[in-house]
Amino acid sequence: MAMFARSVTARLSAPWRRNMYCASDLRKGLRVEIDGAPYLITEFNFKKPGKGQGLYECKFKNLVNGTTMQRTYRDNAELGEPKLEEKKLRYSYADGDRYVFHDESYNEVDVSAETLGDRKYFLVEDIEVNILYHNGIAIDIQLPNFVEKAVVHTEPGVRGDTATNVLKPATVTGGYEIRVPLFVNEGDVIRIDTRNGEYLDRVSKK
Amino acid sequence: MMLRHLSEKKRVLAVRSKAFQSVRDFFVARGFLEVETPIRIPTPALELHIDAEPSAGMYLRTSPELHMKRLVAAGYEKVFQIGACFRHGERGDLHNPEYTMLEWYRAGANYIDVLADTKALMAHVMKDISGGLTLTYKGISIEMLPLWDRMTVDDAFILHAGWDPVKNFNADRFDLDLVEKVEPNFPKNRPIVLMDYPTRAAALSRCKKDHPEIAERWELYIGGIEIANAFSELTDPVEQRNRFMECAGERREMGREVYALDEPFLSALEAGMPECAGVALGLDRLVMLLTDSPRIDDVRAFCARESGNDT
Repeated sequence: MAMFARSVTARLSAPWRRNMYCASDLRKGLRVEIDGAPYLITEFNFKKPGKGQGLYECKFKNLVNGTTMQRTYRDNAELGEPKLEEKKLRYSYADGDRYVFHDESYNEVDVSAETLGDRKYFLVEDIEVNILYHNGIAIDIQLPNFVEKAVVHTEPGVRGDTATNVLKPATVTGGYEIRVPLFVNEGDVIRIDTRNGEYLDRVSKK
Repeated sequence: MMLRHLSEKKRVLAVRSKAFQSVRDFFVARGFLEVETPIRIPTPALELHIDAEPSAGMYLRTSPELHMKRLVAAGYEKVFQIGACFRHGERGDLHNPEYTMLEWYRAGANYIDVLADTKALMAHVMKDISGGLTLTYKGISIEMLPLWDRMTVDDAFILHAGWDPVKNFNADRFDLDLVEKVEPNFPKNRPIVLMDYPTRAAALSRCKKDHPEIAERWELYIGGIEIANAFSELTDPVEQRNRFMECAGERREMGREVYALDEPFLSALEAGMPECAGVALGLDRLVMLLTDSPRIDDVRAFCARESGNDT
């Protein structure tokens, strides 16, 4: 699943004090800025040859496009702290390629379909999401792990086929196509795991 | 899970204790005197890339080296010490800011003589711990045969990094290429001794006769881990003072704290220091090898918790 998005439409203004990290601050899990892009340190190791200088081996993941890279820094390295901000917002409605969220004061924020990727299918009115901003631009959205959706179309299960692992195609509200067990019928509400897009269980029967 | 973890730690700490006893037995049987030198000291040895932890107007030692050499100068011909050393900001799979060092010094010896000590020590400890001369580290079987591979620094760099640091020393490239190009190419199934360093990379080491650009220093690698460092010790007080001053100047330029010269040590050299050689061996790393442990945290009862890698 594409965790992070490429483009941007949402902007927030946030007061921010800029800090620099030095080599000895580097550690796994730290988020830094390199050439203007935010990165997460996914692996870190300190190396120091006898009598030599400290070397800081880092593996990074780009928080915008998910690409990875490896770099080794010396003692004198300085890396910027990315202007990252997380906000809790609620989903309101879609208007073409615009997906509109609102905060507690009902200020509206747009997130593009591109940033959302497949996750646009899992939006349900009023669910709470975490949106990650870099320099005021939405770069990632985190949905609740599970959302509930009604099945709008599926063929009836074939009578007599009771094997537990047999699945059939279904379409849920918003147009997402998913595979569900045979006993699920049109109008049922099912729970979907947003992390892998798969059916979890049936919440209610029609 | 927790129980398994605890029992693994107990196994490792038992090997650690046995290995320390074995090291002591080895040196005492060969006529070495076990000594203790101050841990909290007025000024640490000047090294370009080693920072000391301050301790209420003084410092915690980064190595016992200068005090040990003062004992040699005072007539103690064979001394060894096992003790804690402290290095600010060093934290990784092979580093803990507090760690345990073994150092020994032998008067009338050079760096090749103490390499023989090191081989005999490794064989002695391995026999005490495992009964044999083979150990397995990270899935690789290491043979501790009596003949160890030796490679000079210039050969190793010309072969693996494509340049000669003895002819044209470049401090910045040296450390990076050592870690990224040279060390990864070392054999992992047997010990290797990297020797004859550029003098610029060996502040306390004597130079080769007729080759002032080469210092008599070696580093021992076992299973890819740098485990010991040795010098034919520099005994010339004038040259030692000059090298300290040069190092102090470089530290000043780098914006690092500049420690005062250790005058009692320099006085000891002036009063007359016999030719001698010494080895510093990381005991935590030795226990890592003996117990097949990937991280220094695995072999210490307690460890610093300042790295994001701590779990």
